[in-house]
Amino acid sequence: MEAKQLSIFLENKTGRLTEVTQVLAREGINLSALCIAENADFGILRGVVSEPDRAYQVLKDNHFAVSVTNVVGFACPNTPGSLAQVLGYLSEAGIFIEYMYSFANGDSANVIIRPTNLEACIEVLKQKRVELLAASDLYKL
Amino acid sequence: MIWNETMECMDRETLRKIQSARLKKIVDYAYHNTPFYRRKMQQMGLTPDDIESIDDIVKLPFTTKLDLRDNYPFGLCAVPMSQICRIHASSGTTGRPTVVAYTRKDLRVWSECVSRCFYAYGASEGDIFQVSYGYGLFTGGLGAHQGAENIGASVIPMSSGNTAKQIQLMHDFGATAICCTPSYALYLAEAIRESGIPLEEFKLRIGAFGAEPWTEGMRAELEEKLGIKAYDIYGLSEVAGPGVGFECECQKGTHLNEDHYFPEIVDPQTLEPVEPGKTGELVFTHLTKEGMPLLRYRTKDLTALHYEKCSCGRTLVRMDRILGRSDDMLIIRGVNVFPSQIESVILEMPQFEAHYLLVVDRVNNTDTMELQVEVRPEFYTDEINRLLEMKKMLHGRLQSVLGLSVDVKLVEPKTIERSTGKAQRVIDKRKL
Repeated sequence: MEAKQLSIFLENKTGRLTEVTQVLAREGINLSALCIAENADFGILRGVVSEPDRAYQVLKDNHFAVSVTNVVGFACPNTPGSLAQVLGYLSEAGIFIEYMYSFANGDSANVIIRPTNLEACIEVLKQKRVELLAASDLYKL
Repeated sequence: MIWNETMECMDRETLRKIQSARLKKIVDYAYHNTPFYRRKMQQMGLTPDDIESIDDIVKLPFTTKLDLRDNYPFGLCAVPMSQICRIHASSGTTGRPTVVAYTRKDLRVWSECVSRCFYAYGASEGDIFQVSYGYGLFTGGLGAHQGAENIGASVIPMSSGNTAKQIQLMHDFGATAICCTPSYALYLAEAIRESGIPLEEFKLRIGAFGAEPWTEGMRAELEEKLGIKAYDIYGLSEVAGPGVGFECECQKGTHLNEDHYFPEIVDPQTLEPVEPGKTGELVFTHLTKEGMPLLRYRTKDLTALHYEKCSCGRTLVRMDRILGRSDDMLIIRGVNVFPSQIESVILEMPQFEAHYLLVVDRVNNTDTMELQVEVRPEFYTDEINRLLEMKKMLHGRLQSVLGLSVDVKLVEPKTIERSTGKAQRVIDKRKL
């Protein structure tokens, strides 16, 4: 259920984002999901890729500051209130979300979250029969 | 080990007598052979007869880097060119290069002084020296080279740069000692780690680092990363080159070879001598130089001198770690800042690499100072808050050490230039 997400530290400089994507492109690694968090002088690119271990090594070899973080992905119907319902389960269980990102795809929406307590979060989602996305599925999206 | 026990451990009274005799001789020599000094002394109403002992040195005129530039290239030489056998010159980042010329005897004295350094580090004929200072006009490479040869060691005349080759030869030739700038040594240490060759396969045990100011924190880091003992070697080309001073095994200050290069500390504003142990500008007078003897040369280096006998047995005066050249000192919003202070703060925090860049500018008539630092790979985190906390911690420590607010900027790994010679740590845009 846990999936590996890459986090890359990037200075706020024109072209840095392009360079990351070019490195991955050269290696034939696909980005299935990504988001960027930023502040005044740097940003962090978080993304799920087709081959996380190889992508990590390739980026490191190219001197990017990259780290691996475990996240969990789930799917819910692409309808009003679906996300609210799942998030409600988590807050009831006292699980805090550090960050999340999501994208809708037709009738379904995929959500990636980084909770403070990963195992407890997965446990809650399982109990509530939320559709968890296997890591292998996430990498292939 | 002590290379020249007679001179290095002599009782201070006898040393003073020798220094007095040598000063009288060199002043007489300069007066009669260097028109620049004769003119200066005549203007002050001085003759060589006014110098009776080393205490009279305070009567003599000072010499500055500007004097060297004004007399470019050979105006301060005291011998005809036929007796000069080596010429070195500073890189001359501002204006003309500073030229120094040596006679055969000057080179011998210089080698003698460097030999004292290497012996003090525990090196001897069994050692293999990798000299990674630049060879050429810069005195570092050839200076260290001659000294190592003089003690009978084997020398790898590597020069600076070409890091992959440096590591390969250091490994394959079994170098036991390395001479380079401390910033390049750090870079080498990183490169060794990246090469994947285990540190145990290297035979390195001694590092002779100099040509730029460095800190105790940097020493600890170099010793740990390279598995060596790291020693300071002090020098400046105007005086000789490396080997003007050195640390002994006690590492309680840098011994100066004061039988050849007589040191004084003066107040940089009033130019009056300060009491022993008090900080001021270091000034050197050549006691034995033939080619280009300088009287009371102002180094701009700020330090203090201690005359108590060292536990190593040497009586040679000891100098404190150089806080910085008064030239390096930045005045930011009226506060004196030395890059070495910033460096020591960074080195105390394991989260950051030792490489940094300080960018000074003036915006709306206010000085600004931006410090660019790299976070070490193992400390990069996915959490922005943790990164911001690191930044805040560094900012806070700098504030307490400098009394100034520094704008800290976290940059990506390997984006700050690694130097192979003297590191460029400061960009002052205000002067441009």
